[in-house]
Amino acid sequence: MANPIPFFRSSLQHLSSVVWLLIQTANEMGDQLVRGRFPFRLAHFFEQTDRAGVGSIPLVSLVSFFIGLTMALLTGYQLQTFGQTRLVPSLVAIGFTRELGPLMTGIMVAARIGAAYTAELGAMTVAEEVEAIEAMGIGPLRFLVSPRLLAVFLLMPCLVVVSNLTAMAGAAIISRWAFDIPFQSFFSSALDSLLIRDIVAGTIKSFLFGLIIGLVSCYKGLTVSGGAAGVGDATTSSVVVAITTVIGFDTLCNIVLVAKT
Amino acid sequence: MTSIPENARATRIAGAIGGPTPPAVELKDVHLSFGANEILGGIDLVISTRERLVVIGQSGGGKSTLLRLILGILKPSRGSVRFEGLEVARLGRRQLNLMRQKIGMVYQYSALISSLSVRDNLALPLEELTRKSREEIDHLVDEKLRMVGMADARDKMPAELSGGMRKRIGFARGIIMDPKLILYDEPSAGLDPVTSSVIDELIIGLSEKIGATSIIVTHEMESAFRIATRMAMLFRGKIIAEDVPSIFRHHSNPIVAQFISGDIKGPILESSSGSPSHSIPHPSSLPHS
Repeated sequence: MANPIPFFRSSLQHLSSVVWLLIQTANEMGDQLVRGRFPFRLAHFFEQTDRAGVGSIPLVSLVSFFIGLTMALLTGYQLQTFGQTRLVPSLVAIGFTRELGPLMTGIMVAARIGAAYTAELGAMTVAEEVEAIEAMGIGPLRFLVSPRLLAVFLLMPCLVVVSNLTAMAGAAIISRWAFDIPFQSFFSSALDSLLIRDIVAGTIKSFLFGLIIGLVSCYKGLTVSGGAAGVGDATTSSVVVAITTVIGFDTLCNIVLVAKT
Repeated sequence: MTSIPENARATRIAGAIGGPTPPAVELKDVHLSFGANEILGGIDLVISTRERLVVIGQSGGGKSTLLRLILGILKPSRGSVRFEGLEVARLGRRQLNLMRQKIGMVYQYSALISSLSVRDNLALPLEELTRKSREEIDHLVDEKLRMVGMADARDKMPAELSGGMRKRIGFARGIIMDPKLILYDEPSAGLDPVTSSVIDELIIGLSEKIGATSIIVTHEMESAFRIATRMAMLFRGKIIAEDVPSIFRHHSNPIVAQFISGDIKGPILESSSGSPSHSIPHPSSLPHS
């Protein structure tokens, strides 16, 4: 068996670097606020929210719609055996609000936006653009990282809402067609089954996943070395690490939240 | 090589070219290592105000690293780097950023922000670091673009520009904050001889117009002799020679002489090809001038 110590040491180094990136970004933003200036360009922030949020809506909607539909269909067929198809709306509602909505959105955003951030910042790093910004005395973290990080952090919950709604829509359509559950009854049953804590759990997860994706992708982009091949490797690594971390933290959140309830 | 005679010597040379002035940059016994790999092994250099110091040396010899140490992007493993008397490695983030505003850096490949237009590239430090109005910023951008002969490129994107044009825009961005020190990293590398001469004239012109100190890193010998008021050669992580160009051109140090002439035979290639060490003069054993 391979020695696990170097792997853990390397993982800890990366983790501490990611935390350092977050702290330094906050510090640079703070410096700018102390000077009475906005920490980043609002135009850059809105550009990133458009990319991360608005641009992700079609993908998130489509995938969530199909997953919601499939989930309702498969659970419905099993529950039909026991004459319990009325439970389908609540299963889909709770499952998506608490678990699948944030998780699937996290995975999609990591693949779509995380990869883009890493490739973009990586190309800038390789072309010495990031260093040039630093050499001018402009904090590169507040200038480049903060608008991206905040965009994905703030837009993740919005995308999760879109994911939940489209999944419910998919589930409602298939339930109407396969199990004769009227739309009105589907949505009222789904709403009745949801508890505040389900919504809170989903919201906490979505913010957390947004932060993870933003930090991992920016960190990977800023630490690129080795030219074009390095950018490619960093982009692949960024997606893999972000998705794995999102799933890992999702599990951790579930353990903590279930233990508390 | 000790720092005291080095300083005295640099001041003497600086005095010969423009009167005694306090040093703009001072490097004392600067060492830099990445792991076991020693890049710089004890650099002593004093650069006086308004001087144009050209640092020559082999590719990958640590010349660009020297510029990054002055900017505070890298920290020395040992020794001291001072800009206007300030110990760069000891500056906090805010002080370091304030110091960097006094330094203009011109990169080998220009390092223009590819997503911003030429105007926005030049305006970036002004918009981020000053409280100038848009009109003032536009005026300054146009002025600097005119200085480098690129007024027509204002609204172009970096991808639309040739290598020489990008270099000039890089120059304009480097001087947009009216820096006291301009660092040039291989300014004429990869350019045709005519464009290279234009760039050299630009460096001399800018240095005289805005009165800034310049440190130019290059291995293009023609450019080096054209630009320099003083030259230094970096070899195996040490400054093995420094002098005014007229003396440098006929230097007695065999490494410097081979580097300038571009001969294949000589101590530089012998040392890198692993020939017997007794035939390679070690930098510390070589005559200094």
